[in-house]
Amino acid sequence: MSDVWVVTGVVAAATIALKAVGPVLLGGRSLPEHLTGVVELLAPALLAALVVTQLVGGDEEIILDARLVGIGAAVVAILLRAPLLVVVVAAAAATALVRLVA
Amino acid sequence: MTEARYRDGAKRIAPIALAALAFSVSFGVLARASGIGALEAIVMSMTVFAGSAQFAVVSILAVGGGIASAILAAVLLNARYAPISVSLAPIFVGGRPRRLLEAQLIVDESWAMSRRPDGRYDRRLLVGAGLVLYACWVGGTIGGALAGEALGDPADLGLDAAFPALFLAILVTQVHSRRALAAAVLGGTIALVLIPVAPAGVPIVAAAAACLIGWRRP
Repeated sequence: MSDVWVVTGVVAAATIALKAVGPVLLGGRSLPEHLTGVVELLAPALLAALVVTQLVGGDEEIILDARLVGIGAAVVAILLRAPLLVVVVAAAAATALVRLVA
Repeated sequence: MTEARYRDGAKRIAPIALAALAFSVSFGVLARASGIGALEAIVMSMTVFAGSAQFAVVSILAVGGGIASAILAAVLLNARYAPISVSLAPIFVGGRPRRLLEAQLIVDESWAMSRRPDGRYDRRLLVGAGLVLYACWVGGTIGGALAGEALGDPADLGLDAAFPALFLAILVTQVHSRRALAAAVLGGTIALVLIPVAPAGVPIVAAAAACLIGWRRP
């Protein structure tokens, strides 16, 4: 079995369980308040880490390249309150353009 | 009445479903470009159905980050579904199998869309929106995974920059408080510091520690 199947199986099982916690197991009870505060912040912390690693991450090194122009275009799109689709297309198009010209 | 309200959910999610479709196509393309088989990518979309975790898995495996890092990062990314599903728990009906199945339609977007103006959640809006998103997500992955090879190097299309742009756009919608902003800044900083010294995947998982600033004394 390939690595990808292992990852898919484990992540799928974990995600199915996580989504089912409330509806199937908890039956209306809620998490202790001090834990809720921690779990709520997981998404922003992890998403920010993903932005950084995807933007400048290399093989154990920081790489600054055309992706930076792409993220600049994305920031402008976000500031203009553009839809998600536009934000992403802007980033990809700007990056592709820089690579085409460079 | 019942049908109309499932349809309401489907209708409200339409613009976002279009973006999800584009993303699942690029997920299929990027998965193939990263050496992941079409069937594996499609099964992942059918069973995981959580965009950021799937992209994280592909991007970590693509740079040789290892199975453990990929699993840990994806599970931590999806850990938010525990509190989200808890917040939705009261609206589900029927026996456990049905609850289990309908709970799989919970994603960030269907959750947000199922919130009514009075602050309560509506099961039919959730299911209607979730089904449309699921169909787009799986359909787009199939399309992208099968067409992937014909598209050439995703870097030429700037698709590698689409990743951080996507995560940034999602992040912006989730930073509603100073503490969320602090967690994001701290998480990003931890990742940045660790990139040059740790194997791929580790910086993302380590950044999760930033959520501990949300700890309140019991």
